[in-house]
Amino acid sequence: MADIAEPLRAVSLSGGSDLSIRVRRGAEYVAIPLFALAVSAALFSLFLLALGKSPAQFYELVYRGGFGTAFSIQNTLQRSAPLILTALAVAVPARIGLIMIGGEGALVIGGFAAAALAIPLVTGKAPVMLTLVLMAITGAAIGAVWVGIVGYLRHARGVNETISSLLLTYIGVAVMNFFVEGSLRDLTNPNKPSTMPLGDAYMVGKIPGTDVHWGLAAGIILAILLYVLLARTTFGFAVRVAGGNARAALAQGLPVGKLIVICCMIAGACAGLAGFFEVAAIQGRANASLVAGYGFTGILISFLARHNPLAIIPVAILFGGIVASGGLIQRRMALPDATVLVLQGLTFVVLLVSETLYGRFKIFQAGATVDRT
Amino acid sequence: MSDSVLIVLFAIVGGALRVSTPFMFVALGECLTEKSGRVNLGLEGTLVLGAMSAYAVSFHSGSPWLGVLAAGGAGACLGALHGYVCKLPRVNDIAIGIAMMLFGTGLAFFFGKAYIQPSAPRLGSFSLGEWTGSAQIATALQINPLLIVGIAVALLMAWAFANTKWGLIVRMTGDSAPAAKAMGVSVDLVRFLSTTLGGFLAGVGGAFLSLYYPGSWNQGLSSGQGLMAVALVIFARWSPVRCVIAALLFGAAGAIGPALQSIGITQGYYFFNAAPYILTLFIMIASAGSKQALRDVPGELSITK
Repeated sequence: MADIAEPLRAVSLSGGSDLSIRVRRGAEYVAIPLFALAVSAALFSLFLLALGKSPAQFYELVYRGGFGTAFSIQNTLQRSAPLILTALAVAVPARIGLIMIGGEGALVIGGFAAAALAIPLVTGKAPVMLTLVLMAITGAAIGAVWVGIVGYLRHARGVNETISSLLLTYIGVAVMNFFVEGSLRDLTNPNKPSTMPLGDAYMVGKIPGTDVHWGLAAGIILAILLYVLLARTTFGFAVRVAGGNARAALAQGLPVGKLIVICCMIAGACAGLAGFFEVAAIQGRANASLVAGYGFTGILISFLARHNPLAIIPVAILFGGIVASGGLIQRRMALPDATVLVLQGLTFVVLLVSETLYGRFKIFQAGATVDRT
Repeated sequence: MSDSVLIVLFAIVGGALRVSTPFMFVALGECLTEKSGRVNLGLEGTLVLGAMSAYAVSFHSGSPWLGVLAAGGAGACLGALHGYVCKLPRVNDIAIGIAMMLFGTGLAFFFGKAYIQPSAPRLGSFSLGEWTGSAQIATALQINPLLIVGIAVALLMAWAFANTKWGLIVRMTGDSAPAAKAMGVSVDLVRFLSTTLGGFLAGVGGAFLSLYYPGSWNQGLSSGQGLMAVALVIFARWSPVRCVIAALLFGAAGAIGPALQSIGITQGYYFFNAAPYILTLFIMIASAGSKQALRDVPGELSITK
């Protein structure tokens, strides 16, 4: 399980002064995921051909629906915002060797908590800025606690974090439904059980000059901060050591348990923040629409980006585009909405299989001093 | 008053008999896979794809049992893919499991779109409660043949693990790959076959969902049963018979909510929805790291390390 945190470790151990090794290694980490993407696109084309659909039309629609016009680019960026945050929620625990996949649950519970807090604040006509800041803090804090539980159980009881985080996702959705269809239901909205709407005055605004909400900026800034934290600080170094070899880290006196819980809390805070932005910038209320699969797409994005927070940004934008073009593809090609799910699942499998290619190509290896067996 | 207690009790027992079958099949499949030293977290996706395949084949062929077979086949395909790619160096079985879960669910939703409306022939059942003369009890004790099959498979697995050469080979591969290699056993082949067969069983569990109870196909059919069953295996400490008992316990826990509802207690409906997940989490907390679990765990397993 430890080897998922390998890329950064290998780079930093072998790196040092020899620039050419670093460049070659870096090239390998870009080339192999790109190759995996190309293979999945080819396999998916075969899948479409087998169904009698045109792959060319499919990819053209992905381009047009995701990146072709100013409108579609803004739509794509809008959807990338939660994806960056949920991918960060996978990447940070991955650095310490955990496969934590509960981002969806932390997004839902964080978004719901923010919406629930907003009810008294909006009814009491609290200042807008204060309300939004308190909502954001609540969403992030509840998300942090939610995933923090996963880290604590992992450390204290050895409970497998993958299973427990997914279980907590189901629990999070059930908790939201319990309140949204019960005591916190807005009875003026008969169609879909929801909490009380925030109202336009209390919504998060757009980034000036665009139609994209501030969640995108928050995601990018957090990605950069977390990159610096993981790659350039003592804390990040300790995390990478613990992820590489927990026993060695313990022998060095590193507080491994504490690091695990902190990493999980950072992850949960990211996902909870994504939930806050979904509530306060898109939906305007908490309801079942929060369970949109952003958490699961985030897992794939983080793996594609090799758990590198900076690489997550472009990969999230790519998948934001694919998600954004889903509606267009559904209408034009008469394909079910699950088409995007099939493409994502296929990409994920191919990507993980491509892990086996690392170290097999001489071109990336010349001058390498670290044995990567 | 005692009447309604009886009704609730019978409803819980009936619920246990009705709801437990998918848990049982997935847990048995995962038990076999984990005994060979590999983890397949993707059985949730296998369950959903199995449910869809069973429904589609039953609809087109008119034979629900052909549907069960198709579900097993679909599950075996996913299992074989998992089993094959995990033998490649540096491929992580847990991560592949997550990918297979998303892939299986995606495929099921993609091809299942056309089968949400039509109704397919379902599996039959017989009742253990006819002799009581009470229609309510007879309905509560309806038993599906798949439940019997599941229990038989569990007994067969338990016997085979303990008494056959194949059982010994699977257990040895799971406990120590070097030992298996030294005996001339192909570790990759054993794990490939165990994962494929495990996928087959999980697929059959899916057929139960769509062809018996709830007995229709839709996208919300399975909500984590496959995942909970994987967690159950740790609780059952890798024993097929204990897997059956754990599955029945789980069925009973899941039936408490509807049972209370049937006598008019509707409070906490959503709490009872969440109850199985919370129960699973507590079971994991209790069983992970326990001395007994540490004793019984296959040595090669990555999930408990």
